[in-house]
Amino acid sequence: MSLLEIDNLTVEFPTRRGVLRALDSISLSIEAGEVLGVVGESGAGKSLTGVSVIGLLEPPGRVAGGQIRFDGKRIDNLPYEAMRRIRGRQIGTIFQDPLTTLNPLYTVGHQLVETIQTHLALSESDARKRAIHWLTEVGIPAPAQRIDAYPHEFSGGMRQRVVIALALCAEPRLVIADEPTTALDVSIQAQIITLLKRLTRDHGTAVMLVTHDMGVIAETADRVAVMYAGRIVEIGPVAEVIRHPAHPYTEGLMGSIPSLEHRVARLRQIDGAMPRLNAIPPGCAFNPRCPKVFDRCRIERPDLLDAGVTRAACWLYDGAPANFRDVNVRGVNARGMNA
Amino acid sequence: MLDSDLLYSFRRSPLAVASAAVALILILAAVLAPWIAPQDPTDVANLNLLNSFNPPLPLDGSDWTFPLGTDEQGRDMLSAIMFGSRISLIVGAAAVIFAVVVGVAVGLLAGYAGGMVDAFLMRAADVQLTFPSILMALLVDGVVSAVLPRNMHATFQIYVLIFAIGISRWPQFARTVRGSTLVERNKDYVMAARLIGLGRVRIMATHILPNVLGPVLVLGTLTLGLAILDEATLSFLGVGLPPTQPSLGTLIRLGDDFLFSGQWWVTIFPGLALVLMVLSINLLGDWLRDALNPRLR
Amino acid sequence: MPEVPTLEAQGISRLFDVSRPWLQRVLSHEPRLLLRAVDDASFAITRGSTLSLVGESGCGKSTIARMAVGLMPPSDGEIRFEGNPLSTARAQPALRRRMNMIFQDPYASLNPRWRVRDIVAEPIRAFSILSGGQAIAGRVGELLVQVGLAAADGEKYPHEFSGGQRQRVSIARALASEPDFLVCDEPTSALDVSVQAQILNLMRDLQQRLGLTYLFISHNLAVVRHVSDRLGVMYLGRIVEQGPAETIFHTPRHPYTRLLLDAIPDLEMVGRSRTPVGGEVPSPIDPPPGCTFHPRCPLANARCRAEQPAYTEVGEVQVACHAVAEGRETA
Repeated sequence: MSLLEIDNLTVEFPTRRGVLRALDSISLSIEAGEVLGVVGESGAGKSLTGVSVIGLLEPPGRVAGGQIRFDGKRIDNLPYEAMRRIRGRQIGTIFQDPLTTLNPLYTVGHQLVETIQTHLALSESDARKRAIHWLTEVGIPAPAQRIDAYPHEFSGGMRQRVVIALALCAEPRLVIADEPTTALDVSIQAQIITLLKRLTRDHGTAVMLVTHDMGVIAETADRVAVMYAGRIVEIGPVAEVIRHPAHPYTEGLMGSIPSLEHRVARLRQIDGAMPRLNAIPPGCAFNPRCPKVFDRCRIERPDLLDAGVTRAACWLYDGAPANFRDVNVRGVNARGMNA
Repeated sequence: MLDSDLLYSFRRSPLAVASAAVALILILAAVLAPWIAPQDPTDVANLNLLNSFNPPLPLDGSDWTFPLGTDEQGRDMLSAIMFGSRISLIVGAAAVIFAVVVGVAVGLLAGYAGGMVDAFLMRAADVQLTFPSILMALLVDGVVSAVLPRNMHATFQIYVLIFAIGISRWPQFARTVRGSTLVERNKDYVMAARLIGLGRVRIMATHILPNVLGPVLVLGTLTLGLAILDEATLSFLGVGLPPTQPSLGTLIRLGDDFLFSGQWWVTIFPGLALVLMVLSINLLGDWLRDALNPRLR
Repeated sequence: MPEVPTLEAQGISRLFDVSRPWLQRVLSHEPRLLLRAVDDASFAITRGSTLSLVGESGCGKSTIARMAVGLMPPSDGEIRFEGNPLSTARAQPALRRRMNMIFQDPYASLNPRWRVRDIVAEPIRAFSILSGGQAIAGRVGELLVQVGLAAADGEKYPHEFSGGQRQRVSIARALASEPDFLVCDEPTSALDVSVQAQILNLMRDLQQRLGLTYLFISHNLAVVRHVSDRLGVMYLGRIVEQGPAETIFHTPRHPYTRLLLDAIPDLEMVGRSRTPVGGEVPSPIDPPPGCTFHPRCPLANARCRAEQPAYTEVGEVQVACHAVAEGRETA
């Protein structure tokens, strides 16, 4: 049983122009202690996935189908109080902008202690000791003094470290990190990624890492799910998805990322743009832009099919996967087969 | 796209539709008064003292030709109210237009130029705000009556009023527009315009102005209601429009004498008309403000 | 005979007065606060090439972009456009139209109340390149097609387009004045990766076809590698390393350049772990003395803490680093 299971989740937004399907029957799972990257471009639905898991979907958005199970129990239909108890204690969150995540009116220590005391039965002084311990863990210098500082007295990178401490201090089993490094400078990004990796490994915390930055995923994730127009188009071990992408969209995506290692004459480009939610074509959502499209793609929407090491929602893989790809046995994670 | 969203929100709000309908009826009745009023209240030939103090329908002694009753000189109340609304509306609308023109110009200039110009203009606005419209009207009225010969007072009174009310209301527009201008000024499209060498006035007028007018529309609608009330207050106090060109406020004042002697309709009906007009305009303005807001999200 | 570079900057600096208002300063006995956003920068861009300036936030690259196109005068030093002082060039419409800029934010760079055809036509009208509605409309249509849109798109408003398409409109507008020199201020930073690829390819095609010269500002080293002929790495207002892009990428010399190249999360990093350098970019208001990078530099010595390094030539690359000058850097 996986730690988190998303099972055919559909999220809709009723608008006056009709119902928009922002997530269309997506399924994925996260095992205890693993890092799953959720990558996609703007509007693909990756943030929405994280938001739905944590139960912060804002009306008029609503879950219109499927289930979300945490530790085997359903959490998508829980009442407010029950969900609140899960948040922080079982599932922590790290959002993009540390400036708005932290309350500017309270000291960092106050916010940490408040979170710790909400979820763990500790006295004020014990909670404070634990807060200082966490500040040390995330690399804040002079934590015993800095604990009483206000968020604006920290730099951007330091603030994000505090946010990580806040997310992890109640020892959750899963952390949802939504673009945790996007608002930071490049050299700080590296520090934060390393920190996140180390802490989650040390505490056995699973991570759902939502981002558009494939480089961050490459460094941090064990497996990755690629999203397009509200659907998952490919899911599998990170090395495979990057080096031998099965889905044509993933292929195009990897090709369009400029590499730091060498220079190409022309970047691979996918013509056109991701369809708006109210204009998703029938069949496979990618079919108008796909270089390998054929008739079936325009009619029937493919499920995630076995494409060797990864799974891809593409009719190219309907049939014997061995005909289409050389299965790469180098460093394959056996868990990838059960993604 | 903006228009259709606005129309959709409009159709969904019964209050907006109702207040728009009421406002429209009142405004049309007022504007078309010279053509559709049953009687011209300024035409002395129409007056017949025998008709004085007719009560409104359906009370005893009422008459179909005077559905809302008559005043002490036999003037038809309905016509008087229609003509009175017309004047109130003209003064109110003109005052708002004056305030908008001055306020938007000042706001644009202050927001775009910044520095000393901004400081100076905003202090001027602050000074203006310390003078309420009534005080302004008295001041201007005093100056004008000292300058003009007596017989011209009446004809100029309407312009005095428009000026006094308008000038007391421009600071809000200036502030709003200045705020929006400060935001727009730093955007890249303004920089792109500067890059190709466009002058400041041209940038303010063609690029910034269209983007700051949204809140002006809302504020203008709400200010219209306030301006009408300003004028009514001034007229009620006797420093507004004279009985020869009565607005709703003047009518209320004139009829006030008869409120407790039994002929209540001479003052109450103009009062009701005033309330209805301002209320419907205000409700419309409120809806407009809320309808335009979510788009900013 | 060497050709006059399209744009040349010599020792330019830019100071911003960020002091508190006078009264508050006097009451709390505070000194004036001057922010040195750009410190003694020099570079030259030859015709038809691309110089990129890369660095993190607060390094001064955006300020240089504004100065390069004349929106802001340098506090010190000189900028020349084809040999003419920039201020003179900007005063003459004939020269002013030969430089233009593409901005970062596709949502703030187009006036939301104007139709696309008016946005693109504005430079044509401002410089009187063409007259008559018909001629202008035709040219606007041509420009839109040139950037990959349709002529009919001119009727639409900006909000009807996606981010990538808006950037294309921005490029069309910049091209409308028939410039030779374009400053591109993070033109793809706000775009998705696949859209970015389209825009970068487009800009490359336009450069080849129209002989454009680019000053390309970015924080993304991978993008910069893809587009640049020459590269300048900036830190806290100074250009710390400058030279041919491929050389720098192949053999970075300045410790900060190395830090940047190592820090970038990269697709090739799958399975590898890194040892990131600590510290953050200090505030530009109160920079460290001597070499501003010394608090984070693994090679810093006493001289670095006291003295700002001058440029050392290593082949075709100029590096501002004592360790490089003294031969202390490791390979």
